[in-house]
Amino acid sequence: MKLPFGRTTSSPISTGHSASLDFAQPEPVDLASGKYVKLWQGPQHPGITGNMSLELTLDGDTIIDCKTHVGYLHRGFEKLMERRSFIQNFTVVCRIAVPEPTFNEYLYSHAVEEISGIEIPERATWLRTMNLEMMRLASFLMWIGGQGGAFGQYTVANWTLAYRDYVLDLFEEMTGARIYHMYIVPGGVRAGLPDGFEKRAREIMDGTEKLLDQIERVMYNNTVFKARAKGLAVITPEMIDPYGIVGPNARACGVERDLRKDEPYLAYEHLDFDVITGSDSDAYERAYLRLQETRQCVSLIRQCLDNAPTDGPFQADMPNVLHWKVPAGETYVKAECTRGEYGYYMVTDGTEFVRRVHVRGPSYTHAIAVMERLAVGNNIADIAGMMVSLHTYPPEIER
Amino acid sequence: MKNSLNTEDTLENSGLTEEEQLLFSNARPRAYEPYPIKAVEDFANWARANSLWILAFGTGCGAIELRPLMTARFDANRFGVAGRPTPRQSSVFIIGGYASVKTLKRIIRSYEQMQGPKFVICLGICPINGGMYFDSYNTINQFDQYIPVDLYATGCMPRPEALVASIMALQKKIKAGECDGANRYVENFDWYKANQKKVIKNWDMPDYNW
Amino acid sequence: MNDLMERLQRDFGVDDITVRKPALTTFRVKKDSAETLIRELRDREGYTHLNFMTCIDYIEDGIFTLVYMLHNYDKKHSLGVHVDISRENEDMVSIHTLWAQAWTYQRELREMYGINFPGSPRLEEDFCLEGWDDIPPMRREFDTKEFSEQRFGHREGRHSEEPRDHMKVELYPNRGGDEK
Repeated sequence: MKLPFGRTTSSPISTGHSASLDFAQPEPVDLASGKYVKLWQGPQHPGITGNMSLELTLDGDTIIDCKTHVGYLHRGFEKLMERRSFIQNFTVVCRIAVPEPTFNEYLYSHAVEEISGIEIPERATWLRTMNLEMMRLASFLMWIGGQGGAFGQYTVANWTLAYRDYVLDLFEEMTGARIYHMYIVPGGVRAGLPDGFEKRAREIMDGTEKLLDQIERVMYNNTVFKARAKGLAVITPEMIDPYGIVGPNARACGVERDLRKDEPYLAYEHLDFDVITGSDSDAYERAYLRLQETRQCVSLIRQCLDNAPTDGPFQADMPNVLHWKVPAGETYVKAECTRGEYGYYMVTDGTEFVRRVHVRGPSYTHAIAVMERLAVGNNIADIAGMMVSLHTYPPEIER
Repeated sequence: MKNSLNTEDTLENSGLTEEEQLLFSNARPRAYEPYPIKAVEDFANWARANSLWILAFGTGCGAIELRPLMTARFDANRFGVAGRPTPRQSSVFIIGGYASVKTLKRIIRSYEQMQGPKFVICLGICPINGGMYFDSYNTINQFDQYIPVDLYATGCMPRPEALVASIMALQKKIKAGECDGANRYVENFDWYKANQKKVIKNWDMPDYNW
Repeated sequence: MNDLMERLQRDFGVDDITVRKPALTTFRVKKDSAETLIRELRDREGYTHLNFMTCIDYIEDGIFTLVYMLHNYDKKHSLGVHVDISRENEDMVSIHTLWAQAWTYQRELREMYGINFPGSPRLEEDFCLEGWDDIPPMRREFDTKEFSEQRFGHREGRHSEEPRDHMKVELYPNRGGDEK
């Protein structure tokens, strides 16, 4: 099917990255012939989701080769975590994924608790679930703004970023900070909910629903958005397992994989929600799916506010954290963040320092292997939109 | 073209053709002179302070609070602040937190493309003494050894209110005529370049040809 | 699960099988049969998702342990495959033909640990570090604090406390921080 601007529904592949799993090297192009232009999109570029860059080779307006360069945010977390004790690490981990820090705190705490056999109280489970869902809401709001901005709808970006501030206000009430909460600690959470929190949270949830309806009218029914996003960056179901595509990028193809339903953690087995899938994963479907997941978020937060116990301990009895030796063990824990499966692999050896922590961010494959393949054959003007539609956050790629 | 501050390495004996030499300039950067009449200089400083255009380069964690700063709640636009996509049109470079070695190279390149007078605001504790990445092999510990800094804003990350306060503090400093980061860079050019080259090992850009 | 483990033990000689939790089992396999084992798990047993590929440095034993984490979406079960290779310039069989994402992990391991995967595409390209002239940084003999002090310097006036010593002085001020 031919769409406007010469795009077809299947992503055309001209050099190299073949549909089979044999990784064929792209044919080198003759840059001296004057026919091709090499362009770097980023790192200083408003059309990049964070601080990374794409090295594009263009033939006119069409991209024939794309290489992702990461490492601008590399701090060596995995090495730093080996030098800090278990309780010092928890202050450091939230900086691994800057726009969505809470999942790191939860996964680190969960990994340590699993290895040392600490059980957290029920109230802490619910508070953690609510914190994670609010983080998901804030992250999705920022993403919707980013997707609109990438295609020129800056009004939507202003709306969602401004409204997201209310959610950050709720975070400030709950945890004390807007971005890096450091609320989920090994053993539970750091504090209960303040008075009046529930009333304010419900008001903001009602406002969010109205905002999302408005955004659907303004952005998703917009002709320009539809024309640019439909048929862009199509992910086919055969690409999912070889590339390790997770999250809404995969669910938009029709595969029903959501860690909150498949391998429930925290309080998700008590919550009532469905896995949302799409039919044909192009940029528009993925954007619409994420809008629906944002609505689902609002409903989940409301359920948490209804069902969370209001009294009881919120932190388990912990050993003296300054002399805390976790027994030797190994585990891999994962959670479903906005972008998909986020995982922490931890190996301990009975000393006061962790032996090895590996952070598996979903953007690791989305931004490098998948992006390099999908970019080929597209117009340069669509690259920003494509990158945002894959929802990549660079800090978790290079940690 | 060999990159060094040795005056014998000129464009003429670099091995480039005439046409290629026209692409480069080996002039050193020039300091800008303040206006001779004080009233005119004060007026110029007032104008500069009220139209601070920020370069859109999210170098690190700090970028996350720059977006809310531009929305209606905190509204940096009323201070004359706008985000610009190119360094040629911006006068403020906000360094959001830590700088890894790879990013530092790009920061230097973008900074040198900005036209003076230009100002640098550093956010957080990481540019001051390394912060929580003090023992990391890839983040620098003291940012003002590489680029002159005018203002530090504290916080991890600084809230938008703190950013607004730092913009106002920078405006006050500019109006008092104390922000001469660009001139400091020119006067101590050799020192800054030596520091930069000590840290950035794959120096494949010219020293100064903007 | 048990019959899968028995079969792997019989056919590939895996050992060190540990059930970490109901959804995760780890085991060790010899380097020569690692790639065949992983291919078998992917093709016949349904472990089609590669979660990650990483490496643990056991400097005291002189080995690197490569860890491949595979996941089966139908059975909702993960397998952690441990493969030991030596720390000195040893090559490991590349799995870039099995998963189209694997070459990125191999590129990172080459940069961070120095492990070579012959045949893996774009292995020599820098991944995170630019102009790196020292040993691969994730190796345990690399002292990152000392490197940072020497390369980047140290600003005077920074004061750090060791938490335990500080707490001892806080809790037992009369005894000079002595815990007796």
